[in-house]
Amino acid sequence: MRLYFKYLAILFKSRMQYKASFFMTAAGQFIVSFSAFFGVYFMFDRFSEVDGYTFSEVLICFAAVLLAFSLAECFFRGFDTFPKLIKSGALDRILLRPRSVIFQVLTSTIEFSRIGRFLQAVITLAYAIPTSGVVWTFDKVMTLILMVVGGMGVYSALFILYAGISFFTIEGLEFMNVFTDGTREFGKYPLSIYGKGILGFFTYVIPIALFQYYPFLYLIGRTDNLWYAFLPLIGLVFLLPCYAFFAFGLSRYMSTGS
Amino acid sequence: MRKYLSFFRIRFIGGLQYRAAAWAGVVTQFAWGFMSILMYKAFYNSAPESFPMEFSQLTTYLWLQQALLAMFMPWLFDSEIFDNIISGNVAYELCRPCDLYNMWFVKNAATRLANTVLRCIPIIVVAAFLPYPYNMSLPAGWVQGILFIVSVILGFSLLVSISMLVYISAFYTLSADGIKILTVTLIEFFSGAVIPIPFFPDSVQTVFHLLPFASLQNTPFLIYVGYTIGSDALISVAVQAFWLIVTLVAGRLLIKRAVKKVVVQGG
Repeated sequence: MRLYFKYLAILFKSRMQYKASFFMTAAGQFIVSFSAFFGVYFMFDRFSEVDGYTFSEVLICFAAVLLAFSLAECFFRGFDTFPKLIKSGALDRILLRPRSVIFQVLTSTIEFSRIGRFLQAVITLAYAIPTSGVVWTFDKVMTLILMVVGGMGVYSALFILYAGISFFTIEGLEFMNVFTDGTREFGKYPLSIYGKGILGFFTYVIPIALFQYYPFLYLIGRTDNLWYAFLPLIGLVFLLPCYAFFAFGLSRYMSTGS
Repeated sequence: MRKYLSFFRIRFIGGLQYRAAAWAGVVTQFAWGFMSILMYKAFYNSAPESFPMEFSQLTTYLWLQQALLAMFMPWLFDSEIFDNIISGNVAYELCRPCDLYNMWFVKNAATRLANTVLRCIPIIVVAAFLPYPYNMSLPAGWVQGILFIVSVILGFSLLVSISMLVYISAFYTLSADGIKILTVTLIEFFSGAVIPIPFFPDSVQTVFHLLPFASLQNTPFLIYVGYTIGSDALISVAVQAFWLIVTLVAGRLLIKRAVKKVVVQGG
């Protein structure tokens, strides 16, 4: 853990060498998410509600997903570079070092510039929390925290899965974006608006709904079933098969040579 | 002229080689288009009277967006050009007997077109056979169809010339990342890629139409689906031409200035 923070500090210092670029990228990220926010805002300006959900209710959902995603992305997006590591043979060097692969990938790239997206999520949440009409008792606060933690887990699992697949093929990985960037985009709205089939898929196959839709129902008082609030924890279980797949890929890994 | 044509051909044929990636892209775009349609469907069900256009017009718009994504996606940049500028290798490019602006323009256009050719056909074919109102229909009429073709060409050239401005900015800033991300966001939002422009409130739409970005995908697609018709369509095509000329002239002036006082990095 101490080593992790040391890496963190080094990476931060190296990023700070290009201050202008860093701040521009962070500002860009900030504005990018703002355009998503305005997208939601103007849709509600015209329609006032979707499927019975109001603007401020949807905002909570939007902010929770964004927050979870930005946290996962900040620490775990390093796995995005995995296809490159395999192709260039840099993975061999990593394997030689006396630390776990996951640890080294985690520490190789930490995208501090994602702070822009993170800030945006925090601001949206700060706006949504008082205006949503939710009475913030202890259990509701805990539900929200669980949503973010669960979401972070599921997104991290997806990033690990992405790296795992790249052991077998580096073509066609673009499809994974549907589950990462795609669910961030479409997860702005509670997944139920897309119909039963989609909701089922994102409950049982890729457990996005477990941290997005079901606890959200409890949060806004659509259901009194406290179990819904704990579903994000089950979503965390998704990390296991993804990690297992990654480990399986790693055990089958044969160097590309150089 | 001939040398630019062969630059185009090289890039175009090169671009056609990435077929597996293109298939993955097609599948991704299908999922994306499908989810977008479901999302608008939910809004449509909540308040059909607030919908600014027919639902079938919207689905056609969304499928067009997916089919021609490679033409209009703002985030596709040629990293080679940035690397060249930043590493100083642009000096070699300057030694060539051709115009830097034209060469880069042609290369960018070729990459995008090759991508589009690979991706658009499967998307259009499948989307055309989906059940009504989820399908992609034909242009609203033959006049609309012809205008669409003119407008798509103008919009596409405008996008390439805007991305040329981003490349050229690297001469001045040496790190175009920030400008890149800002431009991409502006284009995405103001061109109607996030939400089609007719869905915005009227007062906001006025702002959109004052910016060059509405002339990108918005104009041709709205002409195709028959939302912009008659003299409005002609005016919007003229606006596209205006912005294209402005960005082309600006790009040429800036690159001329940049090259004149270029400080090549490294030895």
